[in-house]
Amino acid sequence: MASLVIAEHENGTLKDATAKTVTAAAQVSTPVHVLVAGLECSGAAKYAAKLAGVEKVLVADDGRYANMLAEAMEGLILSLAPGYDAILAPATTNGKNYLPRVAAKLDVPQVSEILKVVSPDTFERPIYAGNAIATVQAPDGKKVITVRTTAFKAAEAAGSAQIQNIDGAADPGLSQFVGEELSKSERPELTSAKIIISGGRGMQSGENFKLLEQLADKLRAAVGASRAAVDAGFVPNDYQVGQTGKVVAPELYIAIGISGAIQHLAGMKDSKVIVAINKDDDAPIFQIADYGLVADLFQAIPELQAELTKVGY
Amino acid sequence: MKVIVPVKRVIDFNVKVRVKTDGSGVDLANVKMSMNPFDEIAVEEAVRLKEKGTVTEIIAVSIGPQQAGETIRTALAIGADRGILVKADGPIEPLAVAKILKGICEAEQPGLVILGKQAIDDDSNQTGQMLAALLGWPQGTFAHKLEMKDGRADVEREIDGGLQTVEVKLPAVITTDLRLNEPRYASLPNIMKAKKKPVAEKTPADYGVDVTPRLKVLKVVEPAKRQGGVKFKTVGELVRKLKEIGAI
Repeated sequence: MASLVIAEHENGTLKDATAKTVTAAAQVSTPVHVLVAGLECSGAAKYAAKLAGVEKVLVADDGRYANMLAEAMEGLILSLAPGYDAILAPATTNGKNYLPRVAAKLDVPQVSEILKVVSPDTFERPIYAGNAIATVQAPDGKKVITVRTTAFKAAEAAGSAQIQNIDGAADPGLSQFVGEELSKSERPELTSAKIIISGGRGMQSGENFKLLEQLADKLRAAVGASRAAVDAGFVPNDYQVGQTGKVVAPELYIAIGISGAIQHLAGMKDSKVIVAINKDDDAPIFQIADYGLVADLFQAIPELQAELTKVGY
Repeated sequence: MKVIVPVKRVIDFNVKVRVKTDGSGVDLANVKMSMNPFDEIAVEEAVRLKEKGTVTEIIAVSIGPQQAGETIRTALAIGADRGILVKADGPIEPLAVAKILKGICEAEQPGLVILGKQAIDDDSNQTGQMLAALLGWPQGTFAHKLEMKDGRADVEREIDGGLQTVEVKLPAVITTDLRLNEPRYASLPNIMKAKKKPVAEKTPADYGVDVTPRLKVLKVVEPAKRQGGVKFKTVGELVRKLKEIGAI
């Protein structure tokens, strides 16, 4: 029949997570339609219309969807569900929030965070913090799927789909947006950055994270952190890379003062190149790092700054 | 106000899991089992609400084998008042769990259900949201802070970009994130007291729920392993290597 991808977007721009989910959707059921729900989201809809493989973009431009609250999204997606045999969302905090409601109402099991589409009803997904990979087959009927976006390539901007405005569904009025505190940063986002520099408990304080930020600015990298660093209050929660934080797979991941707890490794071990700097020669992070440096980070970071300058950064 | 806290018995988070060589799953024989860490945070939050006087009774629910009764005892030792053990063997999917919990909520009429955002075994992150949908309730997922008001709750949530606050009408489902609180250790006297607290035993059939899994697990394998690589002595060598391979 067709698959429906729920778009992730912000301030009129489509997030990369959407383009990656489109790639997964095209392997499950074609054609692919994209739902862009939000307020003043026509800009994002235009981006979505360009993605290769997308046949149609549905736009629900309505204040009810301004913050993609789960209760309102449930009704909207359910109103469209009869036309699709697969519904997919990126496994972002948004997708994880609203999609299980849809699955429950459709009385189908959700397949969470797929890494691979083996066949249109069979998927690989991580369990036990990525320490095991399960291949699961969904039953007949609608497929409801969240997609681990680091595992799929983004669909290219090569298409020109039709854009269609749709009406929203009734809002149950159960919840209300109060406010948000978003981290403001000129640096790239963790989930789409090519280079990530992460700090752990070894950084010792939030103040010391400035050292990593300077390094990140040199390399146009994003800054991440281990759970230990977030729990210690060095940096906010949205910096956290790991099983329960963000899952990332950049070209280069530089772990500084991170010992390498399995929960952290689960969030970054698919990075192309991993560099670890740690003073403990036995730190588990070295068992998965391509390149290691056993050194005191407070000595190594200034040296790294200097060496990067030498090679033109 | 009553609170229901569902707690799951899972492999202890410190245990390194081993995939069975026949690809049928993860080896659970003779492995230490504990309460799902996110559920521990849920129990703690409920107990704090009771200490503040917002909550009058905390009911811990577990769905699983007879040993899941131990997980309920852990919740009772932290401060839950009574337990409900729904006995079922084998893996039970989030949707089936949500359906059983719906039945319990209809019988108990709680003002809140607080549970972990995900279990660290199947990492599904579905049960709370599914329960909320089946009941037609709002949800505050990935809670970082919970503030109770008259008939409502403000939930500060951990989201990809930072923090978001939503107001939900009660009754509601709350799922916990890591930094909602730090669970206390149960004291020895409380562990002793917990042994005397009542735990009712039920079956999925009591709630009219079929728990047969609907996703078929075809195989479970270990992920591709990464190999440790080269260790350098100086920062200069490291930077030259990164430059050489085009990583920077």
